[in-house]
Amino acid sequence: MVREFEDVIIQTLCRFFIPFIQLYSLYVFAHGHSSPGGGFQGGCIMAAAFVLMVIAYDLNEAKRRFREKALLIFCCLGVFIYAGTGWACLLLGSNFLDYGFLSKVLPTDPVKARYYGMAMIELGVQITVMAIMVSIFLDLVTRGEHEEILEEKDA
Amino acid sequence: MKKAFTFIALIITAFLLIYGAEEFPKWGDPNQPASLHVSPRYIEKAVEETAVPNLVTAVLADYRSYDTMFETVVVFTAGIVVMMLLRRPKKW
Repeated sequence: MVREFEDVIIQTLCRFFIPFIQLYSLYVFAHGHSSPGGGFQGGCIMAAAFVLMVIAYDLNEAKRRFREKALLIFCCLGVFIYAGTGWACLLLGSNFLDYGFLSKVLPTDPVKARYYGMAMIELGVQITVMAIMVSIFLDLVTRGEHEEILEEKDA
Repeated sequence: MKKAFTFIALIITAFLLIYGAEEFPKWGDPNQPASLHVSPRYIEKAVEETAVPNLVTAVLADYRSYDTMFETVVVFTAGIVVMMLLRRPKKW
Protein backbone atom coordinates (compact mmCIF):
# COMPACT_ATOMS: atom_id res chain seq x y z
CA MET A 1 0.00 0.00 0.00
CA VAL A 2 2.72 2.46 0.98
CA ARG A 3 5.77 1.70 -1.08
CA GLU A 4 9.25 1.86 0.34
CA PHE A 5 10.60 3.78 -2.62
CA GLU A 6 13.13 6.56 -2.63
CA ASP A 7 14.46 8.51 -5.54
CA VAL A 8 17.08 11.18 -4.97
CA ILE A 9 16.17 13.23 -8.03
CA ILE A 10 12.46 13.33 -7.26
CA GLN A 11 12.99 14.10 -3.59
CA THR A 12 15.47 16.89 -4.27
CA LEU A 13 13.23 18.47 -6.88
CA CYS A 14 10.21 18.27 -4.60
CA ARG A 15 12.14 19.76 -1.71
CA PHE A 16 12.93 22.63 -4.06
CA PHE A 17 9.42 23.02 -5.45
CA ILE A 18 7.14 22.58 -2.44
CA PRO A 19 7.95 25.96 -0.83
CA PHE A 20 7.27 27.70 -4.13
CA ILE A 21 3.95 25.93 -4.53
CA GLN A 22 2.97 26.99 -1.03
CA LEU A 23 4.08 30.54 -1.71
CA TYR A 24 2.05 30.57 -4.92
CA SER A 25 -0.96 29.36 -2.97
CA LEU A 26 -0.61 32.29 -0.58
CA TYR A 27 -0.25 34.60 -3.59
CA VAL A 28 -3.47 33.27 -5.14
CA PHE A 29 -5.22 33.75 -1.81
CA ALA A 30 -3.88 37.25 -1.16
CA HIS A 31 -4.51 38.51 -4.69
CA GLY A 32 -8.05 37.18 -4.80
CA HIS A 33 -9.18 40.78 -4.39
CA SER A 34 -7.54 42.14 -7.52
CA SER A 35 -7.14 39.13 -9.82
CA PRO A 36 -8.76 35.72 -10.30
CA GLY A 37 -8.22 33.63 -7.21
CA GLY A 38 -9.36 33.35 -3.65
CA GLY A 39 -9.73 30.95 -0.81
CA PHE A 40 -11.02 27.89 -2.67
CA GLN A 41 -8.28 27.95 -5.30
CA GLY A 42 -5.51 28.84 -2.86
CA GLY A 43 -6.56 26.06 -0.49
CA CYS A 44 -6.50 23.50 -3.29
CA ILE A 45 -2.99 24.54 -4.37
CA MET A 46 -1.79 24.33 -0.77
CA ALA A 47 -3.24 20.82 -0.52
CA ALA A 48 -1.53 19.91 -3.82
CA ALA A 49 1.83 20.77 -2.26
CA PHE A 50 1.06 18.32 0.53
CA VAL A 51 0.03 15.63 -1.96
CA LEU A 52 3.32 16.14 -3.79
CA MET A 53 5.13 15.67 -0.48
CA VAL A 54 3.30 12.38 0.13
CA ILE A 55 4.17 11.14 -3.37
CA ALA A 56 7.82 12.14 -3.25
CA TYR A 57 8.61 11.05 0.31
CA ASP A 58 6.28 8.70 2.12
CA LEU A 59 3.16 8.99 4.17
CA ASN A 60 4.89 8.97 7.55
CA GLU A 61 7.24 11.78 6.65
CA ALA A 62 4.32 13.90 5.46
CA LYS A 63 2.14 13.06 8.46
CA ARG A 64 4.96 13.93 10.81
CA ARG A 65 4.90 17.42 9.35
CA PHE A 66 1.11 17.75 9.44
CA ARG A 67 -0.35 15.89 12.39
CA GLU A 68 -3.78 14.28 12.43
CA LYS A 69 -4.91 16.47 15.29
CA ALA A 70 -3.72 19.65 13.58
CA LEU A 71 -5.62 18.60 10.46
CA LEU A 72 -8.89 18.25 12.37
CA ILE A 73 -8.35 21.53 14.18
CA PHE A 74 -7.69 23.33 10.88
CA CYS A 75 -10.86 21.84 9.32
CA CYS A 76 -12.97 23.39 12.03
CA LEU A 77 -10.93 26.56 12.41
CA GLY A 78 -11.67 27.77 8.89
CA VAL A 79 -15.43 27.50 9.24
CA PHE A 80 -15.11 29.06 12.67
CA ILE A 81 -13.21 32.07 11.28
CA TYR A 82 -15.85 32.57 8.60
CA ALA A 83 -18.81 32.31 10.93
CA GLY A 84 -16.93 34.26 13.60
CA THR A 85 -16.50 37.19 11.24
CA GLY A 86 -20.24 37.12 10.63
CA TRP A 87 -20.96 36.99 14.34
CA ALA A 88 -18.52 39.84 15.01
CA CYS A 89 -20.57 42.00 12.64
CA LEU A 90 -23.73 40.87 14.41
CA LEU A 91 -22.31 41.76 17.83
CA LEU A 92 -21.24 45.20 16.59
CA GLY A 93 -24.86 45.98 15.82
CA SER A 94 -25.24 45.12 12.15
CA ASN A 95 -26.54 42.30 10.00
CA PHE A 96 -24.81 38.94 9.76
CA LEU A 97 -21.67 39.29 7.56
CA ASP A 98 -22.19 43.02 6.99
CA TYR A 99 -18.47 43.87 7.18
CA GLY A 100 -18.95 47.63 7.11
CA PHE A 101 -19.51 47.67 10.85
CA LEU A 102 -16.09 46.09 11.45
CA SER A 103 -14.73 49.64 11.10
CA LYS A 104 -15.72 50.11 14.74
CA VAL A 105 -12.90 47.79 15.81
CA LEU A 106 -10.55 48.09 12.81
CA PRO A 107 -8.73 51.40 12.30
CA THR A 108 -10.27 51.98 8.85
CA ASP A 109 -13.31 53.53 7.26
CA PRO A 110 -16.39 51.36 6.57
CA VAL A 111 -15.59 50.83 2.89
CA LYS A 112 -12.06 49.63 3.59
CA ALA A 113 -13.42 47.49 6.43
CA ARG A 114 -15.43 45.52 3.87
CA TYR A 115 -12.16 44.86 2.05
CA TYR A 116 -10.55 43.45 5.19
CA GLY A 117 -13.68 41.52 6.15
CA MET A 118 -13.52 39.79 2.78
CA ALA A 119 -9.85 38.96 3.31
CA MET A 120 -10.81 37.44 6.66
CA ILE A 121 -13.47 35.12 5.26
CA GLU A 122 -11.20 34.15 2.37
CA LEU A 123 -8.66 33.10 4.98
CA GLY A 124 -11.28 30.91 6.61
CA VAL A 125 -12.19 29.34 3.26
CA GLN A 126 -8.51 28.74 2.48
CA ILE A 127 -7.83 26.95 5.78
CA THR A 128 -10.91 24.73 5.58
CA VAL A 129 -10.42 23.75 1.92
CA MET A 130 -6.74 22.98 2.48
CA ALA A 131 -7.34 20.80 5.55
CA ILE A 132 -10.34 18.98 4.05
CA MET A 133 -8.51 18.24 0.79
CA VAL A 134 -5.56 16.79 2.68
CA SER A 135 -7.87 14.78 4.93
CA ILE A 136 -9.83 13.30 2.02
CA PHE A 137 -6.59 12.52 0.20
CA LEU A 138 -5.15 10.70 3.21
CA ASP A 139 -8.34 8.71 3.71
CA LEU A 140 -8.60 7.70 0.07
CA VAL A 141 -4.95 6.84 -0.47
CA THR A 142 -4.67 4.56 2.59
CA ARG A 143 -8.23 3.22 2.62
CA GLY A 144 -8.70 4.95 5.97
CA GLU A 145 -5.90 3.13 7.73
CA HIS A 146 -3.26 5.81 7.97
CA GLU A 147 -3.37 5.94 11.77
CA GLU A 148 -2.24 2.32 12.01
CA ILE A 149 0.50 2.80 9.41
CA LEU A 150 1.96 5.65 11.42
CA GLU A 151 1.82 3.60 14.62
CA GLU A 152 3.71 0.68 13.08
CA LYS A 153 6.48 2.93 11.87
CA ASP A 154 6.94 4.57 15.25
CA ALA A 155 7.01 1.30 17.16
CA MET B 1 -46.79 -1.28 -7.75
CA LYS B 2 -44.35 0.85 -5.77
CA LYS B 3 -42.15 1.30 -8.81
CA ALA B 4 -45.04 2.34 -11.00
CA PHE B 5 -46.13 4.88 -8.41
CA THR B 6 -42.58 6.32 -8.23
CA PHE B 7 -42.44 6.53 -11.99
CA ILE B 8 -45.77 8.38 -12.22
CA ALA B 9 -44.73 10.77 -9.45
CA LEU B 10 -41.46 11.45 -11.27
CA ILE B 11 -43.23 12.22 -14.51
CA ILE B 12 -45.67 14.58 -12.79
CA THR B 13 -42.81 16.37 -10.99
CA ALA B 14 -40.82 16.70 -14.20
CA PHE B 15 -43.86 18.09 -15.99
CA LEU B 16 -44.46 20.64 -13.22
CA LEU B 17 -40.81 21.72 -13.24
CA ILE B 18 -40.74 22.16 -17.03
CA TYR B 19 -44.08 23.97 -16.90
CA GLY B 20 -42.68 26.33 -14.26
CA ALA B 21 -39.46 26.90 -16.19
CA GLU B 22 -41.44 28.02 -19.23
CA GLU B 23 -42.16 31.29 -17.45
CA PHE B 24 -38.48 32.09 -16.96
CA PRO B 25 -36.81 34.73 -19.13
CA LYS B 26 -34.77 33.43 -22.06
CA TRP B 27 -31.13 32.54 -21.50
CA GLY B 28 -29.00 35.66 -22.00
CA ASP B 29 -32.00 37.94 -22.50
CA PRO B 30 -30.83 41.54 -21.86
CA ASN B 31 -34.32 42.58 -20.74
CA GLN B 32 -34.70 40.05 -17.94
CA PRO B 33 -35.12 41.55 -14.44
CA ALA B 34 -31.74 40.36 -13.18
CA SER B 35 -29.92 42.10 -16.04
CA LEU B 36 -31.94 45.28 -15.68
CA HIS B 37 -31.62 45.84 -11.93
CA VAL B 38 -29.17 43.52 -10.17
CA SER B 39 -26.18 43.38 -12.52
CA PRO B 40 -25.89 47.13 -13.26
CA ARG B 41 -26.18 47.88 -9.55
CA TYR B 42 -23.24 45.56 -8.77
CA ILE B 43 -21.13 46.80 -11.68
CA GLU B 44 -21.61 50.45 -10.84
CA LYS B 45 -21.45 50.34 -7.05
CA ALA B 46 -19.08 47.44 -6.23
CA VAL B 47 -15.84 49.43 -6.15
CA GLU B 48 -17.15 52.42 -4.24
CA GLU B 49 -19.03 50.25 -1.75
CA THR B 50 -16.42 47.56 -1.08
CA ALA B 51 -13.05 48.94 -2.26
CA VAL B 52 -12.39 45.64 -4.07
CA PRO B 53 -11.25 45.98 -7.70
CA ASN B 54 -12.28 42.42 -8.57
CA LEU B 55 -16.02 42.34 -9.20
CA VAL B 56 -16.24 38.55 -8.85
CA THR B 57 -14.75 38.67 -5.37
CA ALA B 58 -17.05 41.53 -4.40
CA VAL B 59 -20.13 39.52 -5.38
CA LEU B 60 -18.81 36.23 -4.00
CA ALA B 61 -17.55 37.44 -0.65
CA ASP B 62 -19.70 40.47 0.08
CA TYR B 63 -23.06 40.58 -1.68
CA ARG B 64 -23.40 36.80 -1.65
CA SER B 65 -21.31 36.00 1.40
CA TYR B 66 -24.04 33.96 3.06
CA ASP B 67 -24.00 31.66 0.05
CA THR B 68 -20.21 31.36 0.17
CA MET B 69 -20.32 30.56 3.86
CA PHE B 70 -22.48 27.52 3.26
CA GLU B 71 -20.31 26.50 0.32
CA THR B 72 -17.51 26.29 2.85
CA VAL B 73 -19.76 24.33 5.18
CA VAL B 74 -20.55 21.92 2.30
CA VAL B 75 -16.81 21.29 1.81
CA PHE B 76 -16.44 20.80 5.56
CA THR B 77 -19.36 18.35 5.66
CA ALA B 78 -17.94 16.41 2.71
CA GLY B 79 -14.64 15.99 4.54
CA ILE B 80 -16.34 14.87 7.76
CA VAL B 81 -18.48 12.35 5.84
CA VAL B 82 -15.43 10.87 4.09
CA MET B 83 -13.79 10.56 7.51
CA MET B 84 -16.84 8.79 8.93
CA LEU B 85 -17.24 6.41 6.00
CA LEU B 86 -13.64 5.46 5.24
CA ARG B 87 -11.56 5.92 8.34
CA ARG B 88 -10.89 2.92 10.52
CA PRO B 89 -9.67 4.00 13.96
CA LYS B 90 -7.27 1.94 16.03
CA LYS B 91 -9.95 1.02 18.56
CA TRP B 92 -13.37 0.60 17.09
